[in-house]
Amino acid sequence: MSNSLTFVPVTNMDEKIRHILEILETDARTSPEEIASLTDMSAQEVSQAIAKLEETGVIRHYKTIVDWDLVGENYVYAVIELKVTLERNQGYQAIAERIYKFPEVRSVRLLSGNYDISLTVRGKSMKDVAFFVAEKIATLDQVQSTSTHFVLKTYKEDGVILHEPETIQRLPVSF
Amino acid sequence: MRPPCNPSKFVADAVKEIPPSGIRRFFDLVSGLEDVISLGVGEPDFITPWHIREMCIHSLEKGQTSYTSNYGLPELRDELTRTYYRRYGLDYNPSSEILITTGVSEALDIAIRTVVNPGDEVIVVQPSYVAYVPSVVLAGGKPVIVSTHRDDEFSLTAEALKPAITDKTKAIILNFPSNPTGAIMVKEGLEDIADLVVENDLFVISDEVYECLTYEGKHVPLSSLDGMKERTVMLNGFSKAYAMTGLRLGFAMGSPEIIHSMMMIHQYSMLCAPITAQIGAIEALRHGKDEVARMVREYDRRRHFIVRGFNRIGLECCKPKGAFYAFPYIGNTGLSSSTFAERLLDEKKVVTIPGDVFGQAGEGFLRCSYAASIDDIRKALDRMEDFVDGLNQ
Repeated sequence: MSNSLTFVPVTNMDEKIRHILEILETDARTSPEEIASLTDMSAQEVSQAIAKLEETGVIRHYKTIVDWDLVGENYVYAVIELKVTLERNQGYQAIAERIYKFPEVRSVRLLSGNYDISLTVRGKSMKDVAFFVAEKIATLDQVQSTSTHFVLKTYKEDGVILHEPETIQRLPVSF
Repeated sequence: MRPPCNPSKFVADAVKEIPPSGIRRFFDLVSGLEDVISLGVGEPDFITPWHIREMCIHSLEKGQTSYTSNYGLPELRDELTRTYYRRYGLDYNPSSEILITTGVSEALDIAIRTVVNPGDEVIVVQPSYVAYVPSVVLAGGKPVIVSTHRDDEFSLTAEALKPAITDKTKAIILNFPSNPTGAIMVKEGLEDIADLVVENDLFVISDEVYECLTYEGKHVPLSSLDGMKERTVMLNGFSKAYAMTGLRLGFAMGSPEIIHSMMMIHQYSMLCAPITAQIGAIEALRHGKDEVARMVREYDRRRHFIVRGFNRIGLECCKPKGAFYAFPYIGNTGLSSSTFAERLLDEKKVVTIPGDVFGQAGEGFLRCSYAASIDDIRKALDRMEDFVDGLNQ
């Protein structure tokens, strides 16, 4: 397999490790010094722990959630459902790999139910996305059918709510 | 024309005796100020988890708006029985040993009224929550104060308790994890207290509302100790653990005799706790575990952050093991708690609660709630550092 990382499953996760992961998952830019003050560790211990988490593949990647609309990049997103036929001796891995190598494809998932694979595709226009699906995805031998759903609005992405969050109104002083 | 009157003469003596709460003054000071950071809040900064709110909404849509049993919804009492058996092996009968109340506040009031005869002495451990003394006074009892100390990390010791016990002592009010100190009781310490309680044939009202917010070690309910279940009424609620303060839901667990007697007052004063909150509470107990754990981990990080911060800026602070309050010592600054807190608010716009509000034993300390965002805590610490530096110059 092309993407075999040395993944070491962490069992009986240390509470400190859980804290570090939760902090970084919320804000990947939190400094080791700050994490140290939140976990009662030293900055050096935090850095070492993070290095190990990166090494072992527990931390896969750091990314930024960008609202491209605000800088005038009006991307169009679509969810594409695929039905595929499998060839003898080949699971879904081969077709998934073939598809996820396209940079237009933002996510690839194998599903149970009526469809086999679900993709999220990003393009600059609806035409862009439609052509990409018609030319690159629908034409693959294993793909039986495609069904394209354009995204009209995203309310929540990867656990992050993309509009006004709920706020709590509390009395400034209470017992 | 009939003559005018002064309505205040109709106010009963016992009510007039309640001392004004120190908080009122602070309220007035804060209102109108801009850019204030408050570490003075005694409730979570989380909103009630959505699955609980959603269940409340659903129940309203279904038209569940009637009275419930005086004791509370049977499903909720069943769920509490299961929960406390699972957590501590405690065995409370849902039909006779649990009463659902409108917040722990109501449970506290009726528990005290249930056991206190006029003239009975009730031991109140301070620094502690502000309602205990007035509630005892309103019931005609006499509060007897026992102080905890920083050297014991504000845990109660049998040595401190013993001299306060007289032949008039009827009951003790305990609150661990503690508001305002964050202190907890370890099992050995509690066993010593239990020995004294049994020796002197006392009753205990144990307010354990911060139970789920225990960061080091495991919470020990007093009633889980040998021979203590019948002598204890455990008061608890959903406000702190499940961020449900405004929904006002608490409960009491104790012997059938005590619970039935509390119900006698409850049925005529409250009738029953609000049904919407009770339905939310069932959902909280059934499916709230992960959300509570998530909030507790978040508080835990803030706890480390704020304690380290106080010690860095020269305000000694031991690490609280429960609740969501830090209780730094400010005595070295030469200011009293209330002067410190008032000047801090006035000069740096940070709200803290002076420790003496929680009893004389709290003089020299400040209650700082870390139920606030890390950003707010950071800003508050920076401003407090400026303030302390200014005092030292």
